[in-house]
Amino acid sequence: MGLEALLIEKTIIVVIVFIVTLTIAAYSTYGERKVAAFIQDRIGPNKAGPYGLMQPLADGIKMLMKEDFVPQQANKFLFHIAPGLSMLTALMVSAVIPWGKTIIIGGRSIPIQVTDINIGILYVLSVVSLGVYGVMIGGWASNNKYSLMGALRASSQMISYELPMGLSLIALLMVTGTMSFSEIAAQQSGWNGMQWNIIYQPIGFVLFLICAFAEANRTPFDLPECEAELVGGYHTEYSSMKLGFFLFAEYAHMFVSSAIISTLYFGGYNFPGINTLYEMLPHNIVTLIGVGVLMIKTLFFIFLFMWVRWTIPRFRYDQLMNLGWKRLVPIAIANIIITAGVVLLFDK
Amino acid sequence: MNGTINYLPIVIQFVVAFGFVFSTLLLAGILGPKTGGVVKDLNFECGVESMGNARAPFSVKFFLVAILFVIFDIEVIFMYPWAVNFKAMGWIGLVKMCFFLGSLLLGFFYVIKKGGLDWE
Repeated sequence: MGLEALLIEKTIIVVIVFIVTLTIAAYSTYGERKVAAFIQDRIGPNKAGPYGLMQPLADGIKMLMKEDFVPQQANKFLFHIAPGLSMLTALMVSAVIPWGKTIIIGGRSIPIQVTDINIGILYVLSVVSLGVYGVMIGGWASNNKYSLMGALRASSQMISYELPMGLSLIALLMVTGTMSFSEIAAQQSGWNGMQWNIIYQPIGFVLFLICAFAEANRTPFDLPECEAELVGGYHTEYSSMKLGFFLFAEYAHMFVSSAIISTLYFGGYNFPGINTLYEMLPHNIVTLIGVGVLMIKTLFFIFLFMWVRWTIPRFRYDQLMNLGWKRLVPIAIANIIITAGVVLLFDK
Repeated sequence: MNGTINYLPIVIQFVVAFGFVFSTLLLAGILGPKTGGVVKDLNFECGVESMGNARAPFSVKFFLVAILFVIFDIEVIFMYPWAVNFKAMGWIGLVKMCFFLGSLLLGFFYVIKKGGLDWE
């Protein structure tokens, strides 16, 4: 195929994925408030538009129109780039997620994925770990004690939980034997779309889920923004769209993490009976159903993130560190050994 | 598709994401009002007068965690190639990896016994 065709095709997919990510992240902020309201027996936002559905738009415009405050003592350059860096890393992760199988247009089969690199999992780990920089630079450049404390807590929390996250993925890789997301998703279409990795890796999934919460700085791991002790944490001095980006990056991160969890452990776009359906219905329609199924799984995990946030109180800092280093790391290593033994004995 | 061409869409995604982030921040900078003032431009410190700045010493524990992370994370990355080729390497690969994991765990227990991860 020609390079131009490839470029056009990929640009279209990139733009669509980008718009979907932003829309879902924006409506997650609305969803978060509605879920919180439901759990706390309130109504939630209901003034902007029907059922308050215009709320994310109103928030966005308000953020844009606010004063872009820069403290006089701050390190100006770093202060400006930190929120952008945070947002950029959150938006870059989605490149390797397969949103669906393939769509056939004019005899060409196009995978619904920005790119299928053979080191997909390493790519995700590396880009996610870059997210620490946005937080750390933002907190340090503010030249504010609260921001500094928040940034230190956030960065040591994020790097601590990256370790068990990496270890839990190793056990998954031993089962799948590949780091490519599209191959991992395709493998799970066995047993007519029910051979999900959660069956082989239940402990790994729980570890990964806990680490995903910690990486996204979500409750019960939201110590970086512990308002009772640190005012606003690393973004205390930020205002306007810069603050918006820090908060928005969290929601974009949540969406992407949910999509990754769904793809790695819950079959991605596969659903029970997918292979039978591919024989019965036109190829493109079944693919689109698969995209819808992946979206439903992803939305469920976004809901889980919110549900946990409004149900569980936050950890103390020493509890957080003990859980990460002294509990999750040994469990993850034991999981690797057990997986190795089981795979070699029964050959999956 | 093969090889390096697979990384091209990542560049496209980067350009789109960077364009969005940059233009939005620029727009916010232009649209918002600008009011300055000596007191207003000071750092926030819960309403009381600011005392010095934040370039002060902080707990060495954070540094220790970062160093330990670097050590252990590199060792974890070493395990990825083994994990991908795990089935082909079989039992012999597992025994070899157990030696590697054993030395990793030895260091890990040393750090814990030394109290390197204790927060009071």
